[in-house]
Amino acid sequence: MIYLYSFLFAGIVCLIGQIILDNTKLLPGHITSLFVVIGAALDVFSIYDFFVNTFGAGAVVCITSFGHLLIHGALSKAASSGLLGLFTGMFSLTATGITATIIFAFIFTMIFKARD
Amino acid sequence: MNKQKYQQLTKKYAPKENKAKNMVIAFVIGGLVGLLGQFLVDLYTSFDSISKDEATSLMMVTLIFFSCLFTALGFFDRWVEKAGAGLFVPISGFAHATTSSALEYKKEGLVMGIGSNIFKLSGSVILYGVVAAYVFGIIRFVFFGG
Repeated sequence: MIYLYSFLFAGIVCLIGQIILDNTKLLPGHITSLFVVIGAALDVFSIYDFFVNTFGAGAVVCITSFGHLLIHGALSKAASSGLLGLFTGMFSLTATGITATIIFAFIFTMIFKARD
Repeated sequence: MNKQKYQQLTKKYAPKENKAKNMVIAFVIGGLVGLLGQFLVDLYTSFDSISKDEATSLMMVTLIFFSCLFTALGFFDRWVEKAGAGLFVPISGFAHATTSSALEYKKEGLVMGIGSNIFKLSGSVILYGVVAAYVFGIIRFVFFGG
């Protein structure tokens, strides 16, 4: 069942992105930035936590979860060290994604050439 | 030929984007990425030494690894073009944008090329993600107590 939920959630988020892309002048960069902001906003009322618990990995792979993880890491540190925690904890949960992207992007750029 | 007429003409001959088809493709491909993510999480959790959180992180690393590799090999660009939002909304889009800008500026050198431009496309995601998380984080911290 969780597979169906994952498929539907990720599919619907991508569908919304595609509708925005086709019907406005926004570029993929605008849409992903917008989605990250929406993901962070949804976490103010713990809505995205609900999505992740209900829809499994489908909610994690979407870029909206990046915003969710940023605010989640910041708030978990803020709980112990106050407002300073927003600075120390901001990247605590997204570190995996950012580090992996930087490392693999760099390694593969060193190995392969650009093609056009 | 006046401007209006010209626009009408170009509209007539421009290839029509099939919006319905694009929507179905984005939905199916995006859904499949979510499905693959869930499959990987379940696969990794089935190993004894890996917890659920670690499995989720490992799933992200796996998806990013293959997105970066396929981008560097050259064929992921065509996939993203075809699948549209189906591939750039999931985390694969972030990895794709980062790797493709790094590759594009490789010829300008290690520091001024790759170093300064690697986040050219994906940097806005980090910037607005952090700004939004900070603002909403303060709101939640002040009004809901964290």
